[in-house]
Amino acid sequence: MADLVNLTIDGVPVSVPKGTLVVDAAKKIENDIPVFCYHPKLKPVGMCRMCLVDIGMPKIDPATKQPVRDEQGNVVIAFMPKLTTACTTPVSEGMVVRTATEQVRAAREDILEFLLTSHPLDCPICDKGGECPLQNLTLGFGPSVSRFDYDAKFHNEKHVPLGDLIYLDRERCIQCSRCIRFQDEIADDHVLQFHDRGRGMEIITFSDPPFDSYFGGNTTDICPVGALTTADFRFKARPWELASTQSLCTHCPVGCNITLNTRLETKSGGYEIKRVMPRQNEQVNEIWICDKGRYVHHFTRAEDRLRQPMVRRDGRLVEATWEQALQLVGERLKAAGTSVAAVVGDRIANEDAYLVAKLVRALNGAIGMSPSVPAHYADVARAFGVGAHANLAHLGKGDVILVVNGDVEEQAPVWFLRLRQAVVDRGAALVIAHSRSTKMHRYARAIHRYEPGYAARWVADRSEELIAKESLKDARNLLIVFGDEQLDGPSARALAQGLANLLIATGHAGKADSGLLPLYPHANTQGVFDVIAGADRAAASNGANGKVGADLRSPICDSRFEVAWLIGVGDASDAPSAGFTVVQELFMTALAKQADVVLPALSFAEREGTFTSGDRRVQRFYRALPPLGEARPDWWIAQEIAKRLGHSWGFQGPAHIFADLAHSIPHYSGLSYEVISKSEPQWPPMGRGDLYYGGTVYDNTGGLGARYASDAERDPAGVRPYDGAAPEPTIAGLERRPRPLYRDGELIRRSAVLASHIVPAQEVA
Amino acid sequence: MSGFYGTKNKTMERHVLLRDVDVPNIREYDVYVANDGYAAWKKALTTMKPDEVINVVKDSGLRGRGGAGFPAGVKWSFIPKDIFPKYVVVNGDESEAGTFKDHQIIDGNPHQLIEGVALCAYAVQANTSYIYLRGEFYEPAKTLQRAIDEAYAHGMLGKNVLGSGFDLDIHIHLGAGAYICGEETALLSSLEGQLGQPRLRPPFPAVQGLYAKPTVINNVETLANVPPIVLHGAQWYRQYGTEKSPGTKIFCVSGRVNKPGNYELPLGKYTIRELIEMAGGTMDGRPVKGVLPAGSSAPILPANLLDTKLDYESVQAAGSILGSASFVILDDTVDIVWAARKMVRFFKHESCGKCTPCREGTYWALKLYDKILSGHGTLADVDMIGEVAGQMAGKCFCLLGEFATSPMQSTLKHFRAEYEAFIANHQGGKMNGYTDELIREGVLAGPEGVITRH
Repeated sequence: MADLVNLTIDGVPVSVPKGTLVVDAAKKIENDIPVFCYHPKLKPVGMCRMCLVDIGMPKIDPATKQPVRDEQGNVVIAFMPKLTTACTTPVSEGMVVRTATEQVRAAREDILEFLLTSHPLDCPICDKGGECPLQNLTLGFGPSVSRFDYDAKFHNEKHVPLGDLIYLDRERCIQCSRCIRFQDEIADDHVLQFHDRGRGMEIITFSDPPFDSYFGGNTTDICPVGALTTADFRFKARPWELASTQSLCTHCPVGCNITLNTRLETKSGGYEIKRVMPRQNEQVNEIWICDKGRYVHHFTRAEDRLRQPMVRRDGRLVEATWEQALQLVGERLKAAGTSVAAVVGDRIANEDAYLVAKLVRALNGAIGMSPSVPAHYADVARAFGVGAHANLAHLGKGDVILVVNGDVEEQAPVWFLRLRQAVVDRGAALVIAHSRSTKMHRYARAIHRYEPGYAARWVADRSEELIAKESLKDARNLLIVFGDEQLDGPSARALAQGLANLLIATGHAGKADSGLLPLYPHANTQGVFDVIAGADRAAASNGANGKVGADLRSPICDSRFEVAWLIGVGDASDAPSAGFTVVQELFMTALAKQADVVLPALSFAEREGTFTSGDRRVQRFYRALPPLGEARPDWWIAQEIAKRLGHSWGFQGPAHIFADLAHSIPHYSGLSYEVISKSEPQWPPMGRGDLYYGGTVYDNTGGLGARYASDAERDPAGVRPYDGAAPEPTIAGLERRPRPLYRDGELIRRSAVLASHIVPAQEVA
Repeated sequence: MSGFYGTKNKTMERHVLLRDVDVPNIREYDVYVANDGYAAWKKALTTMKPDEVINVVKDSGLRGRGGAGFPAGVKWSFIPKDIFPKYVVVNGDESEAGTFKDHQIIDGNPHQLIEGVALCAYAVQANTSYIYLRGEFYEPAKTLQRAIDEAYAHGMLGKNVLGSGFDLDIHIHLGAGAYICGEETALLSSLEGQLGQPRLRPPFPAVQGLYAKPTVINNVETLANVPPIVLHGAQWYRQYGTEKSPGTKIFCVSGRVNKPGNYELPLGKYTIRELIEMAGGTMDGRPVKGVLPAGSSAPILPANLLDTKLDYESVQAAGSILGSASFVILDDTVDIVWAARKMVRFFKHESCGKCTPCREGTYWALKLYDKILSGHGTLADVDMIGEVAGQMAGKCFCLLGEFATSPMQSTLKHFRAEYEAFIANHQGGKMNGYTDELIREGVLAGPEGVITRH
């Protein structure tokens, strides 16, 4: 290949793409050049000087421009007079790198000795101890004795709050600037900077409020020492005490891969989540997570979690056994006949929603999802969603990203990071249409505005103008991110359809890196829709513009039923009224308080299952915590209720259920736990023993997941434009206020550290 | 503002740079014009193509006077022709210890600098220039601003200069007091409002400099050479100096001499010994112990090397660097250990902190010197100083850290016996001649037992 460059590192030949840095080229052949300031996701700065290596180039004869050869015919290599930083030097043809010489060994020892002179060496009480690049590299490359006079050590402040979520230990800081650069280059929240100079140089935050960013937690992962710690985790546990479980974040449609670190706690009588860490998935979240994902985990072991079924007796909810509760629910369902409505919350796993839907169909009842608005357009998003192998990392020059009616940073923070890089670093064009400003507006090439609630109207009326003005037909790819704020169901559907029409009109429908990207409220909005709408195989097979899920769009909250079964809906305002209400929940919500039966469910951390992200990637999460009290997984509850109605399914667990699901839901055909659990080495390599390179992000062993193809991708010939009409905005739609990241809710309310960040709910979404 | 230089040392019949010595009030526009002022500028704009200006400067062999000695014309020729805007940035940070030549040019002969800036801007086709002066130059900055205003008023700057169609604006920017901002990329960062820390190279400033645009950065003295070169030609300029170090150079002489000040001399013509004689010899005629040829950055030259010629190559051959030619003369009354500590303290104070060896090495080295000066030193500490310096050398991000090793390594090389004697004479932490100074600097506790500064 023409763009490959050949070089040798310690005699080992290696070919890497042009522009690769020596440090990364060495990494490819598992030659671990130690680094502190270098991070493969950040621009190189060459500050720490840890990666000094000996670099030589073929000597070129100025007359012939050919390499000079010695008597044996070998190319003569001219080595640089001084050692060079491997992290700032791009490879070039014929380069010779030496990392194993005495000079390089000595240089590494020298730099480590320098770093340690000012380091407090308080490893025994440091949160990073045990997973610390400075510790590891010192053991690997450092001097065996300290020559520095301990009494001459530089001392500085140790517990400096940088905002209320991150603490800085100024003594431990080695001034690598990874945190500053993450905030500047990745998050684009310029809140950290160096202050003063020389030995006095230190990290400060200058924003008000301090360290004002949704992404600050990531700086603690990439900090190569224990300088930055989270308010959540500091002094809570030692890394080697922690068990780790591969999991998924449940708070937004991105589907970030996370790792739950747990520890046995005597005080709470069982395992607890001690911290949430990112897990590398270069196709989803790379190595980042947002602070909501990181800090909203305390609900899993909140004191007020439901632990025991409850039934209403004499007007009061009292504890009951599962047998009593299930018996009662079974009887009432039998008596209700078809007057049954189930509503499934969009954080419920696919397997659970599938069994609920299976039962409701058997009863010929009604089923809905909460929030109900996404049910109006999830089929459109699925039909014209991004391609099965799309990756936001592919987007760059020549591509157009259109954001309509969505606030990407607030509603899908990690997509914000990745889309921003596509625009700012790689040159994709960003066009935004919104009724208000968002952080994404900073990078827009063009900004369009409309009045709140008029998103669908604007798209319907302005599509042709937009296509011409933004040259959308000439774009290499067209990615359309859209949200449903201030829209009711019909308007949101009209918006999605209008945007799908835009893809069709510009020739981008069904292309690999083009399509719709919906900003759903939670982690499994698409999955819940897919399994409850698609349980009817006949309806689902109508292709790209079929009538899938039409019944989900009928407002069941307006009807009255004999029995309503609400599964993980929180305090949804769109719950139907009923003579008998069953609520399956984690907490005693306002709806649960009025229920006739309350069934305690397990949280995502206590069971396994799958979620389907906003971009239709089906991913697994695993059990990190033992069950809590008598709480049971939702699928178990559904199966037990079914059993009492004469349906003996006999599912042994989520994997078993998923096999059935994949068999009956056409879009999931071909997917299995085996497929979505597959993992493969990713670049850059991270999360292994060599934490110094990428930080404490975890390696992905739980599976990278798999995305099912969009309808437009499966059946290009079946693509037809929708009827483009858009309804007038309604009050109900306008009342669906923007959803800030830290909007109030049952889960975030129980986060010890985020309490002061909660934005009071204006809307129940 | 004038009269800062009590001694206007006359060392040449006709000065090329320090013309304020020859011509009273040459800082005034009219006086400057009456003495060939702006003639080169008019000549270039009316008769020369930009490349011709670059070529004459190239031919003259003019080397950068900031310290590195890189050929100025060659530097200008690196500027890409097809990228706009471009900038000319003038380095007037003049922070090297013992350097005060730019100060005299700015204060005494500002129009020659402005004309040099204009010629450089024309040569590389830059329409904007920034003159970065160290913050302490607020008085000279006023003189320079007045001169710039005069040049505008007479149509020498601004839009369509002299009807040539060439536009040029010159702005003055005052720094905030950091030695590192004399390093060209740190200067650019500072000018942009960023933290004054050096940047990674490549990209070099000629390709991506100020605001990531092609930028020439030259020292004040370098650009002050340009008007006479353009006016009289490269050959005229080459009558001064040597083949490899052509022209004249201002030598700043300070330290233990009778007549400290600026001495403009042809490069390579005189020796260090002769320079000291021009500066009135040492105080009380005491013997010279050593000479720092470029302030604290240059390795010290012991007295046996006083016959070294004053040009870039000869000083380098003697084991030091000519740099900015700020000669600090140390006589036998100067304690070398004390002097070395003074310089190490300076570098520790001025280290920007960006790279590990400089940030930590200067801190460590100063701790060792403090220990020695306070009477607790051992011979092992002397060896350790050499180790620390050796550990820094060749590993730093920029030259500041490399320079910081000079006072340590060169004094150890030439004056190790003095270190040993110092250790022998100052033992047990007893009060000594340096105790007061160390208390003042916060190294030792004062009479109240309080360390005031760290």
